[in-house]
Amino acid sequence: MAASLRRFHGLRLLKSTPALNLQQAKNLSSTGSWASGNKKLIGALGAITGGVGALLFALEQSVQASGGEVHSPAQAWNHKGLLDALDHQSVRRGYEVYKQVCSACHSMQYIAYRNLVGVSHTEAEAKAEAEQITVKDGPDDTGNYFDRPGKLSDYFPSPYPNEEAARAANNGAYPPDLSYIVSARKGGEDYIFSLLTGYHDAPAGVVLREGQYFNPYFPGGAISMAQVLYNEVIEYEDGTAPTQSQLAKDVATFLKWTSEPEHDDRKQLLIKVIGILGFLTVVSYYIKRHKWSSLKSRKIVFVPKDKK
Amino acid sequence: MKVIYNTLFKRTSTYAVAIIASTFFFERALDVSSVAIFESVNKGKLWKDIKAKYE
Repeated sequence: MAASLRRFHGLRLLKSTPALNLQQAKNLSSTGSWASGNKKLIGALGAITGGVGALLFALEQSVQASGGEVHSPAQAWNHKGLLDALDHQSVRRGYEVYKQVCSACHSMQYIAYRNLVGVSHTEAEAKAEAEQITVKDGPDDTGNYFDRPGKLSDYFPSPYPNEEAARAANNGAYPPDLSYIVSARKGGEDYIFSLLTGYHDAPAGVVLREGQYFNPYFPGGAISMAQVLYNEVIEYEDGTAPTQSQLAKDVATFLKWTSEPEHDDRKQLLIKVIGILGFLTVVSYYIKRHKWSSLKSRKIVFVPKDKK
Repeated sequence: MKVIYNTLFKRTSTYAVAIIASTFFFERALDVSSVAIFESVNKGKLWKDIKAKYE
């Protein structure tokens, strides 16, 4: 105990030194006692770390530039801002698009009907949506499996029982699950929007196999999904004009919600965090001023001894 | 200042009560105001704004 106390006492930080010296950082730094070899080692380590970082960044950039696909332009989503919530009317329309168009091939196995409640549907509406599907349940009292109408707790039905069946039905291509697709694709909802509206005739020289279509936004250009969104391919219940871009925008917003169901809460939390951290900043600034006030306002006066 | 110190901060018991009580009101005020800000920024886009149409 005594030894460790003495060791503490020996620390330079705790020794009382004249105030002016205290402010010189070199007195508090331990680098002064380093051998020059040590300094070189630390310097080299820093240079290597920085160099490797720069190399990784450059490699990543060159990979981006080497792809053949067109990068999706950034759209002016009205949920893009720091505090902007999703447009829930758009989410609701997007669900209609998913249900009537996308769900023919794409599953969405991580979203349940109960998730729609309070987001795009009332509880009664979500129940009605769920009852439209048939779910295999069981075993019952006699050990048999039976079909029943869906409940709120059921997940969205998958169009195919497994990946193999999906591939077999789609020319060998697997329609990805759409639950988290916005988070899973570079460009997010911009990519979804561009992909759905970006179908073209293949330019000269691009060879497409049977069942493939040309889309410049899809890596490689040859996509196995045909164009599905056309003007007025479905009708919206709220009377919005179902143009192709409107359909794509709404389904992209819906998929943004399924990928980030916490989107709105997160942005609301940001306001709260800014409030708390702002308050704490003010408090810590006051405490800092308070603690330093005596140090900052003191005067050191040199009073020479009178020579008599 | 002196009144606050003498009535609240001087004794540990009242100090603790003061901390707990002010935490409650601070938290409520922050919660309510942040929700109010969020809802006024996003007026018309949230579920609570369109809910009436479907009930």
